[in-house]
Amino acid sequence: MSFVISGRVWRYGDNVNTDVIIPGKYLMINDPAELGKHAMEGIDERFAQKVQKGDVIVGGRNFGCGSSREHAPLALKAAGVGAVVAESVARIFYRNAINLGLPVLECRGVSGLVREDDLIVVDVLRGEVTNQSTGRSLKTTPIPDFIVSILRSGGLVPYLRQHMDDW
Amino acid sequence: MGMTVTEKILAEAAGREKVSPGEIVKARIDVAMMNDITTVLAINSMMEMGRQKVWNPDKVIMVLDHVAPASSIEAAEVQKTMREFAETQGIKGFYEVGEGVCHQIMPEKGYIHAGDVVAGADSHTCTYGALGAFATGVGSMDMAAVLATGKLWFRVPETMRIEVEGDLPEMVTPKDIILNIAGEIGADGAAYKAMEFHGATIREMSIGGRMTLCNMAIEMGGKSGIVEADEKTKQYLEGRTKAPFRNVLSDPSAEYSETISFDVTDLEPKVAVPNSVDNVKSVSEVAGKEINQVFIGSCTNGRLEDLEIAARILKGKQIRSGVRLIVIPASREVYLEALQTGLIETFIKSGAIVTNPTCGVCWGGYIGILAAGEVCLSTSNRNFVGRMGSPKAEVYLASPATAAASAIRGVITDPREF
Repeated sequence: MSFVISGRVWRYGDNVNTDVIIPGKYLMINDPAELGKHAMEGIDERFAQKVQKGDVIVGGRNFGCGSSREHAPLALKAAGVGAVVAESVARIFYRNAINLGLPVLECRGVSGLVREDDLIVVDVLRGEVTNQSTGRSLKTTPIPDFIVSILRSGGLVPYLRQHMDDW
Repeated sequence: MGMTVTEKILAEAAGREKVSPGEIVKARIDVAMMNDITTVLAINSMMEMGRQKVWNPDKVIMVLDHVAPASSIEAAEVQKTMREFAETQGIKGFYEVGEGVCHQIMPEKGYIHAGDVVAGADSHTCTYGALGAFATGVGSMDMAAVLATGKLWFRVPETMRIEVEGDLPEMVTPKDIILNIAGEIGADGAAYKAMEFHGATIREMSIGGRMTLCNMAIEMGGKSGIVEADEKTKQYLEGRTKAPFRNVLSDPSAEYSETISFDVTDLEPKVAVPNSVDNVKSVSEVAGKEINQVFIGSCTNGRLEDLEIAARILKGKQIRSGVRLIVIPASREVYLEALQTGLIETFIKSGAIVTNPTCGVCWGGYIGILAAGEVCLSTSNRNFVGRMGSPKAEVYLASPATAAASAIRGVITDPREF
């Protein structure tokens, strides 16, 4: 996978929960493509129609709070989202996204760095987020090596296929 | 420097002398739980990882509770897949629709012991900390890793110490304590942390009350909630498990990220108003708000003591015409006890609907769905936009006492008036 993602910004506020990322009524669906059609439906009905491959969600504090439903990052990934960057990310969502190979970066100040529709570049390994529209950038703590290795494999399934014995 | 109970449990499960917050460790999982929302993704991923069999069928518990019984062909297919999986894998800890909500089943059937590490594919797995275990919610793919290997990585959490002192006033309950804490620290106030509850109020509190507290740790971003096991824990476990009782306690020299203290002597009943759990008011501030539906139940407040306090208020009274009151015992055991002690009769006579144990109402799954503009007062744990139906409906969170009193008047009501 690529560790440098560039795309258009979809900007949201604090406490975007998994119920609005993928509403409960879709949880009996386990097909990613079908879930992707309803991504962010609880907060933004135009999202699933308009999102382009590689677009980046920029959230506020506590992005992905709420339930453990893996359907949430699965829907975002299937919809084409290239990365999620937020002031802070709820822990189960964080793990689920990484496990699916969807890069997630916590970056204080990112809400003020970009506006909706700006072009953003997310360098996951360097922990750097740049607003291409303004040229401004922010540095954050890069993600731990162990988590990078899961992402590098493409997610937890391929990682464990290679590392079952030393897990 | 000493360790907190959470650090000790994780150290032991990782085969280490000591662990510190921030470290990533691989820990042995003592029991794994999954339900009808999360299982299919987990078993698909386990197979994709190259494993055909779970690491230990005696340590895997499966509960059909979220759509129970099935309300659609999709749900029926999911449940059929789960039944077949349990059968072919030799998983004896399989709980059919109607047995109960997973977070009630797990402690009740004796799967949780103090000092255990529990991974559950459901965010409210943190409930089991009430028995002194480290228990946390994970997604389906992490569950797949557990099913395949019996192990999972964790970042050792910082521990937040919460001291609660004082006698709870009449009609004020553990739910009011935890809503008050959520209001104070916010919806991410315990992000990535273990919430460790201490104090005389906690020592006096029933296991059911402790479950209500630990259940809502996730609503503040917590990784887990925990109460050190004690004599009450031991009594609760007697007859439920054959495993010998052991206890793990925090060292006096353990380090906490912070300590916060609450005196509940004068605590008022609390209500979390839309659309966030930390938007907490005293009941007097929202009293009079018209409601259409009241829900008493869920993994937060569907236990016998919750039904008892509600029935005490409802006994001999009628709910307000035009208001729906839905009561859901959290398990078959709770249902039966409520039946034998006359609580169910009280609910039915008051005008309530009583259903089989299910998670359905809380997450807007398939029953008790709200229309646009409707207002529900619920004893569950989330009031997110659209949680119980229409994005234009509103959910208020409160205790079973406040819920029962409000059902009678048809407006949010202070239970101390009854």
